[in-house]
Amino acid sequence: MSENTTVLLDESGIKRALTRISHEILERNKGVRDVVLIGIRSGGAYLAEEIGRCMEIIEGERVPVGAVDITLYRDDIRSHAPHLPVGKTDIAFSLEEKQVVLVDDVLFTGRTIRAAMDALMDHGRPSSIQLAVLIDRGHRELPIRADFVGRNVPTSLKENVAVLFDERHIPIEVVLEK
Amino acid sequence: MAEFKHKDIIALRDLTREEIELLLTTAENMREINSRAIKKVPTLRGKTIINLFYEASTRTRTSFEIAAKRLSADTVNISTSTSSSTKGETLADTALNLLAMKPDIIVMRHAVSGSHYFLSRKIPCSIINAGDGAHEHPSQGLLDMLTMKDRFGRLDGLKVAIVGDITHSRVARSNIQGLTKMGSRVYLAGPPTMMPPAVERLGSVTVCNGMKEAIQDADVVMMLRIQQERQGKTLMPNAREYSRYFGLNPENLKLAKPDAMVMHPGPINRGVEMSSYVVDGDQSHILKQVENGVAVRMSMLYHVCGGELE
Repeated sequence: MSENTTVLLDESGIKRALTRISHEILERNKGVRDVVLIGIRSGGAYLAEEIGRCMEIIEGERVPVGAVDITLYRDDIRSHAPHLPVGKTDIAFSLEEKQVVLVDDVLFTGRTIRAAMDALMDHGRPSSIQLAVLIDRGHRELPIRADFVGRNVPTSLKENVAVLFDERHIPIEVVLEK
Repeated sequence: MAEFKHKDIIALRDLTREEIELLLTTAENMREINSRAIKKVPTLRGKTIINLFYEASTRTRTSFEIAAKRLSADTVNISTSTSSSTKGETLADTALNLLAMKPDIIVMRHAVSGSHYFLSRKIPCSIINAGDGAHEHPSQGLLDMLTMKDRFGRLDGLKVAIVGDITHSRVARSNIQGLTKMGSRVYLAGPPTMMPPAVERLGSVTVCNGMKEAIQDADVVMMLRIQQERQGKTLMPNAREYSRYFGLNPENLKLAKPDAMVMHPGPINRGVEMSSYVVDGDQSHILKQVENGVAVRMSMLYHVCGGELE
């Protein structure tokens, strides 16, 4: 690892943060009734699976987990030439009247979350959308905030925060790159 | 990860295997949009697409129009019967006039092979070929490959028989170009009068002596339409004789693999190149092809919009 990289969370730190987030989601929604998890591809989708597993351990019941790809909803699509590859949106259940918990790895400008919310609205009308993120690094450009946060990390715009996953898509580390 | 840098899609011959794979993957991932209650994404908002059709078309034009609308682009359709070409305007003049209205993409079908290359040198907007003469029909080739990939999970190693009027078929040419790049084994059959000389130069294809050799143990049997509007009178004695030697029926379909898929680009001449039993049978994937057409065309429109001016 280079000297310009700092580890913010290790594997057990991530695990503890996701476990706490899972408890908070259950507390806020008074259990798993009508709760669905939607992860934003790709990091958020892996974390949504993890939170789903945590919630199942705590509550003994599996909540539906889906994934949304936001490429087609990006506000900067025109500035990407060639256009970005399009991932698969995989929501195999209705969102109507559901408490949707949107999951992402790093909350930054908020533009990704805006795109994801627009995508979800095209799939149905949920009762509510809540936001869970592993890292909130600040620098919002839209009026968006998270309901559940693993860790708040003050950063400069020059830095980058990355959540690293192993080949089984298990989160192993959160690093700050200068 | 492959990137798509072309502003035009005129022929599958011009694309690499990686670019074709990217177009197919994007189409697979866009298919979900077509099964939603709200079948629309905002991606191409503000883009203007002109469908310029110098030849008759229902399927392809409708499919391109739906694809554009599902991506939120604005579309305008121009067909020959209503265009100035009936008043004698040249293709180049029509294109320059359309260009003055600032379209982002022109989707064109034209009877003259290569007319899209001519156009792409004249005007800077993106051009997608919806069929040019007997040259190529890339969106059909891509949707055919997507339908095969859905069924078998791969294209590599598949035996694909293409049967019929190869000479006049742009569908056959696009499939030959695409499939041979993807590693499929392509076998061609048709009357000698409908087999272009030196067809092997299009790719590594096998020209068969008769239909049986082509469809024997095939994974895919692709039947082509007898294009009476393009043919002279002399290529075949009559439809009944053609049907006897090169028509697909439940009997000769048994030569192919038991789970072989049957395809046809449409419109079908029932009872000529295919019997109705096969058209409506369990092995027919003809309507699946049409369904995949929308997703493939969405993928093409999306990627040419991100292409660079060449």
